[in-house]
Amino acid sequence: MLSRICNIVADMSRTRSVFWQGLRAGAPFILVISPFGMLFGVVAIEAGFDLIQTMAMTALVIAGAAQFASVQMLVDGTPVFVAILTGVAVNLRMVMYSASLTPHLGNALPWQKVLISYFMVDQSYGVAFAKYEREPDMMLNEKIAYFFGCISIIAPFWYGFTLVGGLVGSAIPPEYALDFAIPITFIALVGPSLRSLPHLSAASVSVIVALALSWMPYNLWLMVAAVLAMITGAQVEKMLGARK
Amino acid sequence: MSGLDIWLTIIFLGLGTFLLRYSFIGLVGERKFPEWMMRHLRYVPVAVMPGLIAPLIVWPQATGGETDHARLISAAVALLIGSIFKSVVGAVIGGMITLYLMLYLLG
Repeated sequence: MLSRICNIVADMSRTRSVFWQGLRAGAPFILVISPFGMLFGVVAIEAGFDLIQTMAMTALVIAGAAQFASVQMLVDGTPVFVAILTGVAVNLRMVMYSASLTPHLGNALPWQKVLISYFMVDQSYGVAFAKYEREPDMMLNEKIAYFFGCISIIAPFWYGFTLVGGLVGSAIPPEYALDFAIPITFIALVGPSLRSLPHLSAASVSVIVALALSWMPYNLWLMVAAVLAMITGAQVEKMLGARK
Repeated sequence: MSGLDIWLTIIFLGLGTFLLRYSFIGLVGERKFPEWMMRHLRYVPVAVMPGLIAPLIVWPQATGGETDHARLISAAVALLIGSIFKSVVGAVIGGMITLYLMLYLLG
């Protein structure tokens, strides 16, 4: 009995420490999430959203790039359903995120999977997935704790700085180059994995195809680039494995 | 753009985005993927993220699509720090510092 209680307590403290690891891993992204959230707040207010609409969008959609795209289309006078579809198209990558997280988190409880889905943003996904790949021996509850640790430091800054931007409400001068917070974020998410040949090959194909096809509408270029890059990564991995 | 337009966009974009995120993790659940699929899924982050930002780096909207040396250099610095030192913090901070430094120096 006593040893069982000890086990449970040990398990809890382990899960808690994994939560803190996730939180620490997510923390650097505060630096880029904050300006990006603030920028969205400003842009939405300038587009004619009121503060409640701005915050509702940030809380319900919680996907910066898609929010910018849809707001821009509404400003341009595009029909509503096109604005919605464009935002959804920008988020199509989330299907791939969801698929690749399934082997790791598919056995979580239903309510946990709803929360994980809601909080599946580029940063939480990128940080958590990299950790799962690095440490395949993690237990399910540790993987869940790590994911929530990561998002629990990111999400409040996203909401909070959107609010700040919405309250400030005036244009941030382009000299601040806040547009570049996103590229830097993604580079930071992917950079550390580029030291294996399959990953490097996949990333290169992704960049080349994306640039070559960027004339395609509805983010189709990104989907084509992503699929070709995945095939490249898998094939290179197979070839390297076969040589062993 | 009316208030109704805005609310419709918020609600349906929110719903659509949630369904995309929930698609596999919520509906596939415990079933195991075949090995070939697992091998492809391993490369999702490096397949999606570089392509997503490549046009933003080469043709930034803030400069009207004009290639900008400050942005190219800072992206390269972030990439080098991230890949060589495997440091996320270093890549973020190094990239942003380089960007501001270059914007200041190159005007």
